[in-house]
Amino acid sequence: MLSHRVIPCLLLNDGGLVKTLKFAKPKYVGDPINAVRIFNEKEVDELMVLDIGATREGRGPDFDLIEQLAGECFMPLCYGGGIRSFEDARTLFKLGVEKVALQSAAIQSPGVIREIADHAGEQAVVVSIDVKRNWRGKPSLFSASGAPIRHSDWLASIREAVAMGAGEILLTAVDRDGTLQGVDSDLIREAANCAEVPLIANGGVGSLSDIRAATDAGASAVAAGAFFVFHGPHRAVLITYPRYDDLRALWNSPS
Amino acid sequence: MTTEMAFNAAEPDQRPDVTIVDCGIGNIRSVQRMFEAIDGRAEIITDPGAITGCRRLILPGVGAFDAGMRALAEGGWIEALNEVALVEKAPVLGICLGMQLLCRHSEEGRAEGLGWIKADVVRIDTGGDARLKIPHMGWTETYAAKPNPLIPSDGAEQRFYYVHKYRARCDRREDVLATATYGTEFVSAVHRDNIFGVQFHPEKSHRFGMALFRRFLELPC
Repeated sequence: MLSHRVIPCLLLNDGGLVKTLKFAKPKYVGDPINAVRIFNEKEVDELMVLDIGATREGRGPDFDLIEQLAGECFMPLCYGGGIRSFEDARTLFKLGVEKVALQSAAIQSPGVIREIADHAGEQAVVVSIDVKRNWRGKPSLFSASGAPIRHSDWLASIREAVAMGAGEILLTAVDRDGTLQGVDSDLIREAANCAEVPLIANGGVGSLSDIRAATDAGASAVAAGAFFVFHGPHRAVLITYPRYDDLRALWNSPS
Repeated sequence: MTTEMAFNAAEPDQRPDVTIVDCGIGNIRSVQRMFEAIDGRAEIITDPGAITGCRRLILPGVGAFDAGMRALAEGGWIEALNEVALVEKAPVLGICLGMQLLCRHSEEGRAEGLGWIKADVVRIDTGGDARLKIPHMGWTETYAAKPNPLIPSDGAEQRFYYVHKYRARCDRREDVLATATYGTEFVSAVHRDNIFGVQFHPEKSHRFGMALFRRFLELPC
C-alpha cells in the first residue's frame, strides 16, 4: 500500500494558535503547546507550524516556544515563519525541528535555500508557495507578508525553488484556505507535474475524500488546518485527526 | 526501597544506557528526547575520546554519504567506532545515513564506508512508477525479514517514518533485518552480530519508534 502524509498545519499569531479564512480573519483556537501535545497523542504523520505574524512584524522565529513544541513532537516537525538566514535555520535544527519552511526569504534571496540544503540536506528545506486566483481564475504568486514578488509566474517559482535545493514544495491555495470546501485539484496537478520533489497540497480540505482528491491530483502529502481544528457548522474548536484505519482505507480505495 | 534507589543512583561509573555520537551530521536532540521519554538515560558525545566504555551506541545521521564519512574521519571517530563495534562488541544502531555508513560504499559518493555490514548503498528503485517522487518521504509499513531483537515478526503492524534517496543492498540474505516497499521492495534494516542499522527514523516514528528504542535498551551489554 502506498500511503501519503496527512499533515496538520497550525498557525501561530502572537504566541497563540489561530486559523484563518482565505488568509484573513484569524480566529483564536487555543494554546499551541497543548494543541501540539494532542496531535502527538493522535499520532499524526507529521506536523507543520507556521508563524504568520513573524515576517509581517519584522521579527524572527520564537525560538523558546519552538523548542517547547519540538519537545512534544515524536513525529517530524516542520517550522516556518520569520526565517531569514542560514543561522536561523541552524538554530531551529538544533532545537529539534526536522524541516524549515521558507517563503519570504526564498522569494527575496533564493541563495538561502541552497545554503540550508547544503548544510542539512535538501529534505530539510520546504519552500512555501502561496497561489491566489484572480477574478478570471488565473493563478499567480501571492505574498501574505507583503514581501515584494519578483515575478508572478508561480510555476517558475516552483522550478526555481527546486533548482536551488528545495526538498519539498508546500503549495497553498489562498482562495481555499479555511473554507473546508474542497481542494484546487487543477492547481495541485499543475504544481505536481512541475515539481520533481514531493508536493504538499494545502488549502480547502474539509473531508477525507478531499484529501484523496489532492493525492489523486499528484500531491505526495496533504496539509490541512480548519479540518483538524474546527467541528460543525459553527466552527467550534475541536482537535481531531483521522484514525489510521480510516486513512488506510482511503489509500486502498479505488480512485 | 529508599536505600535501594539511593544505591542505584550513587553508582559513580555507570555509563548511561546509550551513547549518541554527535559528529555534526544528525538531528541528535530528537533521538535523545525519545530515549528520555521511555526512561532511558542517553548521553550525547562530541569527542571520540568519550566513547570508551559506552554501553550501547547510536550513530545517527542525515545528509550525503561522503559528507558523513568525512565528518567521521575528520573528527577522529573511525578508530574509536571500530573499537566499540568490533572489539568491545557493544550494541550499535545506525539510523538513516548512519545505517548507510555501516556499509562498504555508496553510489552517492566515492568515500569508503565503515564496512561492518557486507552491503553497498544504491539508489532507490521506484520500479518506474512516475508518481513516486524521490526522496521516499513518509510512513511506510515495515516487515521483519528474520527473527530479531528490534522488530517483532509476530504480524503486528510496524510503521516507520522514512526520508531517503538511497538504500542498502546486502550480500547475504541473513543480514537483512527488515524490508519495506516503495515501488519495489528494499532493505529497510540491516543486522550482523551486535551491529544494527535502520533506514527509517525511529526517533520520529512515535509509538513504533519508542518500542524499537525500548527493545534496543533491552539488548545485553
